[in-house]
Amino acid sequence: MTAPAPVHQRPMLEINRLEKRFGETEVLKSIDLRVAPGELVFVIGPSGSGKSTMLRCCNRLEEPSSGTILLDGEHVTDCRGAALDRMRLKIGMVFQGFHLYPHKSVLGNVMLAQIRALKRPKAEAKARAMEMLEHVGLAHKADAMPAELSGGQQQRVAIARALALDPKVMLFDEPTSALDPELVGSVLKVMRQLRDEGMTMLVVSHEMGFAREAADRVVFMDGGVVVEAGPPGAIFGNPQSDRLKSFLARVSKAAE
Amino acid sequence: MRFLETFFNGAVMAKYLPDLLSAIVTTLWLSAVILVLGLSLGLALACLRSLGRWYLTLPIVAFADIGRALPPLVVILICYFGLPGLGISLSGPMVLILVLAAVLAAFAEEIFWAGLTAVPKGQWEAGRATGLGFARTLFEIALPQAIRMGIPPLVNRALAITKMTALGSVIGVKEILSVSSSAQSFSGSATPLTMAALAYLAIFLPAVLLSRLLERRYSWAV
Repeated sequence: MTAPAPVHQRPMLEINRLEKRFGETEVLKSIDLRVAPGELVFVIGPSGSGKSTMLRCCNRLEEPSSGTILLDGEHVTDCRGAALDRMRLKIGMVFQGFHLYPHKSVLGNVMLAQIRALKRPKAEAKARAMEMLEHVGLAHKADAMPAELSGGQQQRVAIARALALDPKVMLFDEPTSALDPELVGSVLKVMRQLRDEGMTMLVVSHEMGFAREAADRVVFMDGGVVVEAGPPGAIFGNPQSDRLKSFLARVSKAAE
Repeated sequence: MRFLETFFNGAVMAKYLPDLLSAIVTTLWLSAVILVLGLSLGLALACLRSLGRWYLTLPIVAFADIGRALPPLVVILICYFGLPGLGISLSGPMVLILVLAAVLAAFAEEIFWAGLTAVPKGQWEAGRATGLGFARTLFEIALPQAIRMGIPPLVNRALAITKMTALGSVIGVKEILSVSSSAQSFSGSATPLTMAALAYLAIFLPAVLLSRLLERRYSWAV
Protein backbone atom coordinates (compact mmCIF):
# COMPACT_ATOMS: atom_id res chain seq x y z
CA MET A 1 0.00 0.00 0.00
CA THR A 2 1.18 3.47 -0.87
CA ALA A 3 0.77 5.79 2.05
CA PRO A 4 -1.76 8.60 1.56
CA ALA A 5 -0.07 11.56 -0.06
CA PRO A 6 1.53 14.05 2.31
CA VAL A 7 -0.40 17.30 2.50
CA HIS A 8 2.47 19.55 1.40
CA GLN A 9 3.00 17.64 -1.84
CA ARG A 10 1.72 19.27 -5.01
CA PRO A 11 -1.16 17.24 -6.43
CA MET A 12 -0.63 15.65 -9.84
CA LEU A 13 -4.21 16.44 -10.79
CA GLU A 14 -6.16 19.23 -9.23
CA ILE A 15 -9.82 19.99 -9.92
CA ASN A 16 -11.13 23.25 -8.50
CA ARG A 17 -14.78 24.29 -8.37
CA LEU A 18 -15.51 22.44 -11.58
CA GLU A 19 -18.96 23.08 -12.98
CA LYS A 20 -20.60 21.73 -16.07
CA ARG A 21 -24.00 22.62 -17.45
CA PHE A 22 -25.74 21.15 -20.46
CA GLY A 23 -28.23 23.90 -21.22
CA GLU A 24 -30.36 24.20 -18.10
CA THR A 25 -29.13 20.94 -16.59
CA GLU A 26 -26.39 21.25 -14.01
CA VAL A 27 -24.36 18.07 -14.30
CA LEU A 28 -21.43 19.10 -12.10
CA LYS A 29 -21.86 21.51 -9.21
CA SER A 30 -18.54 22.77 -7.94
CA ILE A 31 -16.41 19.66 -7.82
CA ASP A 32 -13.12 19.81 -5.92
CA LEU A 33 -10.78 16.88 -6.20
CA ARG A 34 -7.06 16.32 -5.81
CA VAL A 35 -5.08 13.31 -6.93
CA ALA A 36 -1.57 13.03 -5.48
CA PRO A 37 1.31 11.64 -7.55
CA GLY A 38 1.10 7.86 -7.58
CA GLU A 39 -2.34 7.85 -6.05
CA LEU A 40 -5.21 5.72 -7.32
CA VAL A 41 -8.49 7.55 -6.79
CA PHE A 42 -11.64 5.66 -7.46
CA VAL A 43 -14.87 7.46 -8.30
CA ILE A 44 -18.13 5.67 -7.65
CA GLY A 45 -21.72 6.78 -7.83
CA PRO A 46 -25.06 6.10 -9.48
CA SER A 47 -25.39 6.59 -13.22
CA GLY A 48 -26.10 10.22 -14.03
CA SER A 49 -24.09 11.37 -11.03
CA GLY A 50 -21.68 13.22 -13.31
CA LYS A 51 -18.62 11.06 -12.67
CA SER A 52 -17.88 10.36 -16.35
CA THR A 53 -18.49 14.01 -17.24
CA MET A 54 -16.01 15.04 -14.56
CA LEU A 55 -13.42 12.63 -15.96
CA ARG A 56 -14.00 13.87 -19.50
CA CYS A 57 -13.54 17.46 -18.35
CA CYS A 58 -10.03 16.54 -17.16
CA ASN A 59 -8.79 16.24 -20.76
CA ARG A 60 -11.40 18.61 -22.14
CA LEU A 61 -13.30 16.08 -24.22
CA GLU A 62 -16.04 17.86 -22.32
CA GLU A 63 -15.63 21.60 -21.99
CA PRO A 64 -16.06 22.74 -18.35
CA SER A 65 -18.57 25.55 -17.83
CA SER A 66 -16.38 26.98 -15.09
CA GLY A 67 -13.63 26.03 -12.67
CA THR A 68 -10.01 25.11 -13.21
CA ILE A 69 -8.12 21.90 -13.74
CA LEU A 70 -4.36 21.66 -13.23
CA LEU A 71 -2.04 18.87 -14.21
CA ASP A 72 1.19 18.87 -12.24
CA GLY A 73 0.71 22.60 -11.61
CA GLU A 74 -0.06 23.48 -15.26
CA HIS A 75 -3.45 24.77 -16.29
CA VAL A 76 -5.38 22.34 -18.45
CA THR A 77 -8.38 24.63 -18.63
CA ASP A 78 -6.45 27.53 -20.19
CA CYS A 79 -5.00 25.55 -23.09
CA ARG A 80 -6.09 26.30 -26.62
CA GLY A 81 -5.40 24.62 -29.95
CA ALA A 82 -1.97 23.03 -30.21
CA ALA A 83 -1.24 23.69 -26.54
CA LEU A 84 -4.29 21.60 -25.63
CA ASP A 85 -3.09 18.80 -27.92
CA ARG A 86 0.29 18.86 -26.16
CA MET A 87 -1.43 18.85 -22.78
CA ARG A 88 -3.54 15.85 -23.76
CA LEU A 89 -0.35 13.88 -24.46
CA LYS A 90 0.28 14.00 -20.72
CA ILE A 91 -3.21 12.75 -19.87
CA GLY A 92 -3.86 9.14 -20.85
CA MET A 93 -7.46 8.10 -21.26
CA VAL A 94 -9.09 4.71 -21.45
CA PHE A 95 -12.67 4.50 -22.65
CA GLN A 96 -15.50 2.15 -21.86
CA GLY A 97 -15.78 1.27 -25.55
CA PHE A 98 -11.99 0.84 -26.17
CA HIS A 99 -12.14 2.86 -29.43
CA LEU A 100 -9.23 1.14 -31.11
CA TYR A 101 -8.74 2.21 -34.72
CA PRO A 102 -10.22 -0.65 -36.77
CA HIS A 103 -8.12 0.12 -39.86
CA LYS A 104 -4.81 -0.14 -38.04
CA SER A 105 -3.06 -3.14 -36.56
CA VAL A 106 -2.53 -3.40 -32.82
CA LEU A 107 0.99 -2.09 -33.30
CA GLY A 108 -0.28 0.70 -35.57
CA ASN A 109 -2.78 1.73 -32.90
CA VAL A 110 -0.07 2.06 -30.28
CA MET A 111 2.35 3.82 -32.63
CA LEU A 112 0.06 6.39 -34.29
CA ALA A 113 0.00 9.19 -31.71
CA GLN A 114 3.63 8.56 -30.74
CA ILE A 115 4.66 9.39 -34.29
CA ARG A 116 2.03 11.98 -35.23
CA ALA A 117 1.56 13.82 -31.94
CA LEU A 118 4.68 13.13 -29.89
CA LYS A 119 6.89 13.22 -33.04
CA ARG A 120 8.89 10.21 -32.00
CA PRO A 121 11.03 8.63 -34.71
CA LYS A 122 9.34 5.56 -36.11
CA ALA A 123 11.84 3.02 -34.84
CA GLU A 124 11.67 4.45 -31.35
CA ALA A 125 7.87 4.50 -31.44
CA LYS A 126 7.83 0.90 -32.51
CA ALA A 127 10.18 -0.16 -29.74
CA ARG A 128 8.11 1.73 -27.20
CA ALA A 129 4.89 0.22 -28.55
CA MET A 130 6.29 -3.30 -28.29
CA GLU A 131 7.46 -2.57 -24.77
CA MET A 132 3.99 -1.40 -23.77
CA LEU A 133 2.28 -4.34 -25.48
CA GLU A 134 4.65 -6.63 -23.61
CA HIS A 135 3.59 -4.83 -20.46
CA VAL A 136 -0.10 -5.61 -21.00
CA GLY A 137 0.73 -9.15 -22.13
CA LEU A 138 -0.16 -8.72 -25.78
CA ALA A 139 3.16 -8.45 -27.62
CA HIS A 140 2.25 -11.61 -29.53
CA LYS A 141 -0.81 -9.80 -30.96
CA ALA A 142 1.15 -6.84 -32.36
CA ASP A 143 0.28 -7.66 -35.95
CA ALA A 144 -3.36 -8.60 -35.30
CA MET A 145 -6.22 -6.30 -36.24
CA PRO A 146 -8.40 -5.02 -33.36
CA ALA A 147 -11.43 -6.98 -34.58
CA GLU A 148 -9.50 -10.21 -34.06
CA LEU A 149 -9.10 -9.53 -30.33
CA SER A 150 -11.44 -10.17 -27.42
CA GLY A 151 -12.86 -7.18 -25.56
CA GLY A 152 -10.40 -7.64 -22.72
CA GLN A 153 -7.48 -7.73 -25.14
CA GLN A 154 -8.76 -4.66 -26.97
CA GLN A 155 -8.98 -2.76 -23.72
CA ARG A 156 -5.42 -3.74 -22.80
CA VAL A 157 -4.24 -2.51 -26.20
CA ALA A 158 -6.09 0.76 -25.52
CA ILE A 159 -4.23 1.02 -22.20
CA ALA A 160 -0.92 0.36 -23.99
CA ARG A 161 -1.81 3.02 -26.56
CA ALA A 162 -2.30 5.59 -23.80
CA LEU A 163 0.78 4.50 -21.81
CA ALA A 164 3.07 4.67 -24.83
CA LEU A 165 2.78 8.48 -24.70
CA ASP A 166 4.27 8.52 -21.17
CA PRO A 167 1.33 10.31 -19.56
CA LYS A 168 1.55 11.82 -16.11
CA VAL A 169 -1.93 10.65 -15.20
CA MET A 170 -4.27 7.97 -16.50
CA LEU A 171 -8.02 8.45 -16.65
CA PHE A 172 -10.18 5.34 -16.80
CA ASP A 173 -13.80 5.81 -17.85
CA GLU A 174 -15.62 2.62 -16.85
CA PRO A 175 -12.88 0.49 -18.40
CA THR A 176 -14.51 -2.85 -17.67
CA SER A 177 -18.20 -2.04 -18.11
CA ALA A 178 -18.35 -3.26 -21.72
CA LEU A 179 -16.53 -6.51 -20.96
CA ASP A 180 -17.80 -10.03 -20.44
CA PRO A 181 -17.34 -10.89 -16.76
CA GLU A 182 -14.61 -13.45 -17.42
CA LEU A 183 -12.50 -10.83 -19.23
CA VAL A 184 -12.68 -8.15 -16.51
CA GLY A 185 -9.89 -9.72 -14.46
CA SER A 186 -7.25 -9.33 -17.18
CA VAL A 187 -7.87 -5.59 -17.41
CA LEU A 188 -7.94 -5.09 -13.64
CA LYS A 189 -4.67 -6.97 -13.39
CA VAL A 190 -3.01 -4.50 -15.76
CA MET A 191 -4.47 -1.59 -13.77
CA ARG A 192 -3.18 -3.03 -10.51
CA GLN A 193 0.24 -3.45 -12.06
CA LEU A 194 0.19 0.20 -13.17
CA ARG A 195 -0.73 1.32 -9.71
CA ASP A 196 2.11 -0.68 -8.23
CA GLU A 197 4.48 1.04 -10.63
CA GLY A 198 3.38 4.39 -9.25
CA MET A 199 1.12 5.67 -12.03
CA THR A 200 -1.32 8.37 -10.96
CA MET A 201 -4.79 7.13 -11.76
CA LEU A 202 -8.33 8.47 -11.66
CA VAL A 203 -10.79 5.67 -12.21
CA VAL A 204 -14.54 5.80 -12.75
CA SER A 205 -15.84 2.27 -12.36
CA HIS A 206 -18.39 -0.02 -10.81
CA GLU A 207 -15.81 -2.62 -9.78
CA MET A 208 -16.32 -2.23 -6.03
CA GLY A 209 -14.16 -5.22 -5.20
CA PHE A 210 -11.25 -3.69 -7.08
CA ALA A 211 -11.85 -0.29 -5.44
CA ARG A 212 -11.80 -1.87 -2.00
CA GLU A 213 -8.58 -3.68 -2.67
CA ALA A 214 -6.55 -1.34 -4.89
CA ALA A 215 -7.76 2.24 -4.39
CA ASP A 216 -5.94 4.70 -2.15
CA ARG A 217 -9.03 6.81 -1.92
CA VAL A 218 -12.66 6.42 -2.95
CA VAL A 219 -14.83 9.35 -3.97
CA PHE A 220 -18.59 8.99 -3.95
CA MET A 221 -20.45 11.32 -6.32
CA ASP A 222 -24.18 11.84 -6.56
CA GLY A 223 -26.20 14.55 -8.24
CA GLY A 224 -23.12 16.37 -9.52
CA VAL A 225 -21.39 16.79 -6.19
CA VAL A 226 -18.79 14.88 -4.20
CA VAL A 227 -20.83 13.53 -1.31
CA GLU A 228 -18.15 11.61 0.52
CA ALA A 229 -14.49 10.77 0.04
CA GLY A 230 -12.03 8.71 2.01
CA PRO A 231 -10.00 5.53 2.18
CA PRO A 232 -11.86 2.46 0.85
CA GLY A 233 -12.16 0.98 4.33
CA ALA A 234 -14.09 3.99 5.56
CA ILE A 235 -16.24 4.46 2.47
CA PHE A 236 -17.30 0.83 2.23
CA GLY A 237 -17.07 -0.11 5.90
CA ASN A 238 -18.41 3.00 7.56
CA PRO A 239 -20.41 5.17 5.15
CA GLN A 240 -21.59 8.43 6.70
CA SER A 241 -24.19 9.88 4.38
CA ASP A 242 -27.57 8.32 3.69
CA ARG A 243 -27.00 8.66 -0.04
CA LEU A 244 -23.83 6.55 0.08
CA LYS A 245 -25.48 4.01 2.37
CA SER A 246 -28.40 3.52 0.03
CA PHE A 247 -26.10 3.43 -3.02
CA LEU A 248 -23.96 0.73 -1.45
CA ALA A 249 -27.06 -1.20 -0.45
CA ARG A 250 -28.39 -1.04 -4.02
CA VAL A 251 -25.04 -2.12 -5.46
CA SER A 252 -24.60 -5.08 -3.12
CA LYS A 253 -28.18 -6.16 -3.77
CA ALA A 254 -27.55 -6.06 -7.49
CA ALA A 255 -24.40 -8.13 -7.04
CA GLU A 256 -26.29 -10.93 -5.28
CA MET B 1 -25.38 -14.22 -91.99
CA ARG B 2 -27.50 -11.11 -92.12
CA PHE B 3 -26.80 -10.61 -88.42
CA LEU B 4 -23.05 -10.82 -88.92
CA GLU B 5 -23.24 -8.59 -91.96
CA THR B 6 -25.12 -5.94 -89.98
CA PHE B 7 -23.17 -5.93 -86.74
CA PHE B 8 -19.78 -7.44 -87.55
CA ASN B 9 -18.95 -6.35 -91.11
CA GLY B 10 -15.23 -7.04 -91.53
CA ALA B 11 -14.57 -4.40 -94.19
CA VAL B 12 -16.25 -1.67 -92.16
CA MET B 13 -14.36 -2.75 -89.07
CA ALA B 14 -11.04 -2.56 -90.81
CA LYS B 15 -11.84 0.84 -92.24
CA TYR B 16 -12.84 2.52 -89.00
CA LEU B 17 -10.57 0.73 -86.56
CA PRO B 18 -7.84 3.42 -86.54
CA ASP B 19 -10.39 6.17 -85.84
CA LEU B 20 -11.94 4.14 -83.11
CA LEU B 21 -8.61 3.40 -81.48
CA SER B 22 -7.80 7.07 -81.21
CA ALA B 23 -11.32 7.64 -79.83
CA ILE B 24 -10.66 5.00 -77.17
CA VAL B 25 -7.53 6.88 -76.16
CA THR B 26 -9.59 10.08 -75.94
CA THR B 27 -12.26 8.43 -73.78
CA LEU B 28 -9.58 6.97 -71.53
CA TRP B 29 -7.76 10.21 -70.84
CA LEU B 30 -11.00 12.16 -70.45
CA SER B 31 -12.18 9.57 -67.90
CA ALA B 32 -8.91 9.64 -66.03
CA VAL B 33 -8.91 13.44 -65.75
CA ILE B 34 -12.58 13.50 -64.71
CA LEU B 35 -12.02 10.86 -62.03
CA VAL B 36 -8.96 12.52 -60.54
CA LEU B 37 -10.53 15.98 -60.52
CA GLY B 38 -13.98 14.87 -59.39
CA LEU B 39 -12.88 12.56 -56.61
CA SER B 40 -10.29 14.94 -55.19
CA LEU B 41 -12.69 17.87 -55.29
CA GLY B 42 -15.38 15.74 -53.63
CA LEU B 43 -12.95 14.65 -50.92
CA ALA B 44 -11.76 18.20 -50.33
CA LEU B 45 -15.33 19.45 -50.03
CA ALA B 46 -16.25 16.71 -47.55
CA CYS B 47 -13.19 17.61 -45.45
CA LEU B 48 -14.11 21.31 -45.49
CA ARG B 49 -17.66 20.41 -44.52
CA SER B 50 -16.36 18.46 -41.52
CA LEU B 51 -15.06 21.74 -40.05
CA GLY B 52 -18.71 22.45 -39.25
CA ARG B 53 -18.70 26.13 -40.28
CA TRP B 54 -22.02 27.21 -41.75
CA TYR B 55 -20.40 29.51 -44.31
CA LEU B 56 -18.58 26.46 -45.71
CA THR B 57 -21.34 23.92 -45.24
CA LEU B 58 -24.03 25.99 -46.91
CA PRO B 59 -22.36 26.45 -50.32
CA ILE B 60 -21.03 22.88 -50.26
CA VAL B 61 -24.48 21.41 -49.64
CA ALA B 62 -25.98 23.68 -52.30
CA PHE B 63 -23.32 22.59 -54.79
CA ALA B 64 -23.83 18.91 -53.99
CA ASP B 65 -27.61 19.09 -54.20
CA ILE B 66 -27.72 21.07 -57.44
CA GLY B 67 -24.96 18.97 -58.98
CA ARG B 68 -26.85 15.81 -58.21
CA ALA B 69 -30.21 17.15 -59.34
CA LEU B 70 -29.31 18.57 -62.77
CA PRO B 71 -28.99 16.20 -65.73
CA PRO B 72 -25.34 16.51 -66.84
CA LEU B 73 -26.38 16.84 -70.49
CA VAL B 74 -28.28 20.03 -69.70
CA VAL B 75 -25.26 21.57 -68.02
CA ILE B 76 -22.97 20.46 -70.84
CA LEU B 77 -25.22 22.12 -73.44
CA ILE B 78 -25.54 25.31 -71.40
CA CYS B 79 -21.78 25.59 -70.94
CA TYR B 80 -20.94 24.73 -74.53
CA PHE B 81 -23.56 26.86 -76.29
CA GLY B 82 -24.33 29.45 -73.62
CA LEU B 83 -20.98 30.52 -72.21
CA PRO B 84 -19.60 31.84 -75.53
CA GLY B 85 -22.36 34.48 -75.25
CA LEU B 86 -20.50 35.74 -72.17
CA GLY B 87 -17.26 35.71 -74.06
CA ILE B 88 -16.12 32.47 -72.43
CA SER B 89 -15.34 29.95 -75.12
CA LEU B 90 -14.38 26.51 -73.88
CA SER B 91 -13.45 23.60 -76.09
CA GLY B 92 -15.69 20.52 -76.15
CA PRO B 93 -13.34 18.33 -74.12
CA MET B 94 -12.86 21.15 -71.62
CA VAL B 95 -16.61 21.54 -71.08
CA LEU B 96 -17.04 17.78 -70.79
CA ILE B 97 -14.25 17.52 -68.21
CA LEU B 98 -15.41 20.46 -66.11
CA VAL B 99 -19.07 19.45 -66.03
CA LEU B 100 -18.57 15.74 -65.40
CA ALA B 101 -15.86 16.36 -62.81
CA ALA B 102 -18.18 18.78 -61.01
CA VAL B 103 -21.05 16.29 -61.08
CA LEU B 104 -18.79 13.52 -59.81
CA ALA B 105 -17.53 15.87 -57.09
CA ALA B 106 -21.12 16.55 -55.99
CA PHE B 107 -21.83 12.84 -55.60
CA ALA B 108 -18.42 12.03 -54.13
CA GLU B 109 -18.76 14.79 -51.53
CA GLU B 110 -22.03 13.26 -50.33
CA ILE B 111 -20.52 9.76 -50.24
CA PHE B 112 -17.39 10.86 -48.33
CA TRP B 113 -19.53 12.94 -45.99
CA ALA B 114 -21.88 10.02 -45.31
CA GLY B 115 -18.81 7.94 -44.48
CA LEU B 116 -17.44 10.62 -42.16
CA THR B 117 -20.70 10.89 -40.24
CA ALA B 118 -20.78 7.10 -39.88
CA VAL B 119 -17.39 7.04 -38.11
CA PRO B 120 -18.21 6.57 -34.41
CA LYS B 121 -17.64 9.59 -32.17
CA GLY B 122 -15.37 7.47 -29.99
CA GLN B 123 -12.84 7.27 -32.82
CA TRP B 124 -12.55 11.06 -32.79
CA GLU B 125 -12.31 11.11 -29.01
CA ALA B 126 -9.59 8.47 -29.00
CA GLY B 127 -7.60 10.49 -31.51
CA ARG B 128 -8.05 13.83 -29.79
CA ALA B 129 -7.39 12.32 -26.34
CA THR B 130 -4.00 11.06 -27.57
CA GLY B 131 -2.99 14.58 -28.54
CA LEU B 132 -3.79 14.41 -32.25
CA GLY B 133 -5.17 17.65 -33.65
CA PHE B 134 -8.36 17.96 -35.67
CA ALA B 135 -6.64 17.57 -39.04
CA ARG B 136 -4.50 14.63 -37.94
CA THR B 137 -7.51 12.87 -36.47
CA LEU B 138 -9.46 13.53 -39.66
CA PHE B 139 -6.75 12.28 -42.01
CA GLU B 140 -5.31 9.42 -39.97
CA ILE B 141 -8.40 8.07 -38.24
CA ALA B 142 -11.74 9.27 -39.63
CA LEU B 143 -11.06 9.52 -43.38
CA PRO B 144 -9.54 6.07 -43.88
CA GLN B 145 -12.67 4.60 -42.31
CA ALA B 146 -14.99 6.92 -44.25
CA ILE B 147 -13.28 6.13 -47.56
CA ARG B 148 -13.48 2.43 -46.89
CA MET B 149 -17.22 2.70 -46.29
CA GLY B 150 -17.56 4.82 -49.41
CA ILE B 151 -15.71 2.59 -51.85
CA PRO B 152 -18.67 0.55 -53.18
CA PRO B 153 -20.89 3.59 -53.91
CA LEU B 154 -17.88 5.57 -55.17
CA VAL B 155 -16.96 2.87 -57.64
CA ASN B 156 -20.52 2.76 -58.96
CA ARG B 157 -20.62 6.50 -59.30
CA ALA B 158 -17.20 6.70 -60.93
CA LEU B 159 -18.25 4.13 -63.53
CA ALA B 160 -21.52 5.93 -64.20
CA ILE B 161 -19.75 9.25 -64.67
CA THR B 162 -16.99 7.96 -66.93
CA LYS B 163 -19.59 6.29 -69.13
CA MET B 164 -21.14 9.74 -69.49
CA THR B 165 -18.11 10.78 -71.54
CA ALA B 166 -20.39 9.53 -74.35
CA LEU B 167 -22.31 12.80 -73.85
CA GLY B 168 -19.29 14.45 -75.47
CA SER B 169 -20.74 13.23 -78.78
CA VAL B 170 -23.28 16.09 -78.71
CA ILE B 171 -20.58 18.75 -78.48
CA GLY B 172 -18.14 17.29 -80.95
CA VAL B 173 -15.69 15.59 -78.63
CA LYS B 174 -13.97 12.83 -80.58
CA GLU B 175 -14.65 10.08 -78.07
CA ILE B 176 -15.87 6.55 -78.74
CA LEU B 177 -19.57 7.16 -79.31
CA SER B 178 -19.22 10.24 -81.48
CA VAL B 179 -16.57 8.66 -83.72
CA SER B 180 -18.52 5.45 -84.12
CA SER B 181 -21.88 7.11 -84.70
CA SER B 182 -20.44 9.33 -87.42
CA ALA B 183 -18.80 6.23 -88.89
CA GLN B 184 -22.22 4.62 -88.80
CA SER B 185 -23.78 7.42 -90.79
CA PHE B 186 -20.96 7.44 -93.36
CA SER B 187 -20.92 3.69 -93.83
CA GLY B 188 -24.61 2.99 -93.39
CA SER B 189 -23.61 0.00 -91.28
CA ALA B 190 -24.32 -0.64 -87.62
CA THR B 191 -20.92 -2.26 -87.24
CA PRO B 192 -19.13 0.84 -85.91
CA LEU B 193 -21.70 0.98 -83.11
CA THR B 194 -20.98 -2.65 -82.26
CA MET B 195 -17.32 -1.72 -82.17
CA ALA B 196 -18.17 1.12 -79.79
CA ALA B 197 -20.04 -1.26 -77.49
CA LEU B 198 -17.08 -3.64 -77.55
CA ALA B 199 -14.71 -0.78 -76.82
CA TYR B 200 -16.78 0.31 -73.83
CA LEU B 201 -16.81 -3.25 -72.56
CA ALA B 202 -13.05 -3.52 -73.03
CA ILE B 203 -12.59 -0.41 -70.92
CA PHE B 204 -15.22 -0.80 -68.25
CA LEU B 205 -15.34 -4.53 -67.63
CA PRO B 206 -11.74 -4.56 -66.34
CA ALA B 207 -12.58 -1.45 -64.34
CA VAL B 208 -15.46 -3.25 -62.67
CA LEU B 209 -13.24 -6.23 -61.89
CA LEU B 210 -10.51 -3.94 -60.58
CA SER B 211 -13.03 -2.28 -58.30
CA ARG B 212 -13.86 -5.64 -56.76
CA LEU B 213 -10.18 -6.10 -55.93
CA LEU B 214 -10.09 -2.60 -54.48
CA GLU B 215 -13.10 -3.30 -52.27
CA ARG B 216 -11.45 -6.41 -50.96
CA ARG B 217 -8.16 -4.68 -50.30
CA TYR B 218 -9.73 -1.88 -48.31
CA SER B 219 -11.96 -4.08 -46.25
CA TRP B 220 -11.19 -5.10 -42.72
CA ALA B 221 -13.37 -6.79 -40.20
CA VAL B 222 -15.17 -4.43 -37.85
